[in-house]
Amino acid sequence: MSELTTISVTVNGEPREGRVEPRRSLADFLRQDMGLTGTHVGCEHGVCGACTVLVNGRSVRSCLLFAVQVNQQDVLTVEGLSPDGVTLHPLQQAFHEHHALQCGFCTPGMLLTSLELLRDNPAPTEAEVRLGLAGNLCMCTGYVNIVRAVLAAADGHAASASTAAGSETAESPPGALPRFPTGKEIA
Amino acid sequence: MKPAAFGYFAPRDLPEALSLVSTYSSDGKVIAGGQSLVPLMNFRLARPSHLIDINGIGSLSGIDAADGRVTIGATTRQRDAGTHPDVKVQLPLLAEAISYIGHLAIQNRGTVGGSIAHADPAAELPVVALALDAQMHVQRTDGQRTIPAAEFSLGYLTTVLEADELLTATSFGVPPAGSGWCFSEVARRHGDFALVAVAVLLTLDAAGKVGSASIALGGVGPVPMRAGAAERLLVGEAPTDPVLRAAADTVGADVEPEDDIHASADYRRHLAGVLVRRALTTARARAAVAGNEHV
Ligand SMILES: Cc1cc2nc3c(=O)[nH]c(=O)nc-3n(C[C@H](O)[C@H](O)[C@H](O)COP(=O)(O)OP(=O)(O)OC[C@H]3O[C@@H](n4cnc5c(N)ncnc54)[C@H](O)[C@@H]3O)c2cc1C
Ligand code: FES
Ligand code: FES
Repeated sequence: MSELTTISVTVNGEPREGRVEPRRSLADFLRQDMGLTGTHVGCEHGVCGACTVLVNGRSVRSCLLFAVQVNQQDVLTVEGLSPDGVTLHPLQQAFHEHHALQCGFCTPGMLLTSLELLRDNPAPTEAEVRLGLAGNLCMCTGYVNIVRAVLAAADGHAASASTAAGSETAESPPGALPRFPTGKEIA
Repeated sequence: MKPAAFGYFAPRDLPEALSLVSTYSSDGKVIAGGQSLVPLMNFRLARPSHLIDINGIGSLSGIDAADGRVTIGATTRQRDAGTHPDVKVQLPLLAEAISYIGHLAIQNRGTVGGSIAHADPAAELPVVALALDAQMHVQRTDGQRTIPAAEFSLGYLTTVLEADELLTATSFGVPPAGSGWCFSEVARRHGDFALVAVAVLLTLDAAGKVGSASIALGGVGPVPMRAGAAERLLVGEAPTDPVLRAAADTVGADVEPEDDIHASADYRRHLAGVLVRRALTTARARAAVAGNEHV
């Protein structure tokens, strides 16, 4: 019954192989077989969102998928956000600047959920961000700073996009909280 | 919180899947989105000997709109169904209902067929299927049958599906142009299963009177139910506030919910009446008088 199956998965852009029992969850495969412990495991029944990763570009609960089910598919974890492993992704930078994490347990899931949210809706309202993150639980922050960080990342994205287009002035999306000074600006 | 060991099959086509479902009908399980089954397995409330993963079967996924019906393949993701242009335009009631299911990450994986086959009494999709008189298409190795939504659910998490049968698609009749619709529910938190869910469809005739009414409820018993008395009361009447209220009042009296840890029976009965009245009011506002659909 516990026969091992060989699977090939693209993880954060790199082809990886593993030998797994069918009951190995994607979360455990990433953490224990791939050594990628950034994906966190909280409830193991789909409720907390800590284990959220993107599979083929869509957010999923990695505790409710078996690794054998992502054979030949593409997985993005929090380790894949930074372009070079050193520079923070704009979302990570915004979380850092807005104090959007305390213990950090929920953060990987928050980041990947937000990544999909901003990709599908680059200028969300505060209400849309709150709705988009409603499936991710945080025991520490009270969410306010997480919402601010996501809005700030959206704002930054909108600003750079319109600068690149060279036309309209960068405006906050409707309903956005005021931009908070960055760590650099305070220093 | 880890599931018991199981054997895994990922059939590539329907005949292969049907033969596996038949071979392992005594203790195997079909897995679609896994958003209900895997939590049960992680808690070891379910211990299937084998999983038959139907996600790789292309013919089970997709949406087909033809001849006044929209047919949704069993493994179509809830998110893809809810955002599909044919569904948004022709079955806005279904699109609205899907927006209440869990969270995006659940809809990204959870399937339309999985929700209907799972038959949670508080799930949104079986309620819509009942309101729209959907047809469930089912296959086994040696045949197929079509089951009307009203006959599909038997009880809590129990349907007429036999262990060797696979739900392949659900087909929804497109309501007449100008129909008003509303899906509404009350849940403890956004994304939770509903305490009570209501799906309403209303058509108005050329005189502005109710031509047909369909009211389905979830969360008020072991299976979704139609509010037949309220529907009969509405048909032929002008949909004034007092008429909608009178119809909604019959619902509270008709349902027999049970107490559970989420809500008392009294509260559920109260919610049923209130939600039906509100949903009827919204559906009336969205309905067009027959002949004036495009005004
Ligand atoms: C955190 C969370 C919140 C949720 N909130 C909601 C909610 O608010 N409303 C709601 O309705 N649902 C909710 N769900 C459940 C979700 O909608 C599920 O996706 C759905 O109930 C089952 O669909 P699935 O494709 O995931 O099925 P699976 O979990 O794969 O299967 C469920 C059952 O149906 C059987 N089955 C599946 N497909 C077929 C088929 N084609 N033929 C025969 N049998 C089949 C399986 O064998 C299994 O017994 C939630 C889930 C989670 C984890
Ligand atoms: S660990 Fe997967 S959702 Fe909580
Ligand atoms: S920062 Fe601790 S759970 Fe969110």
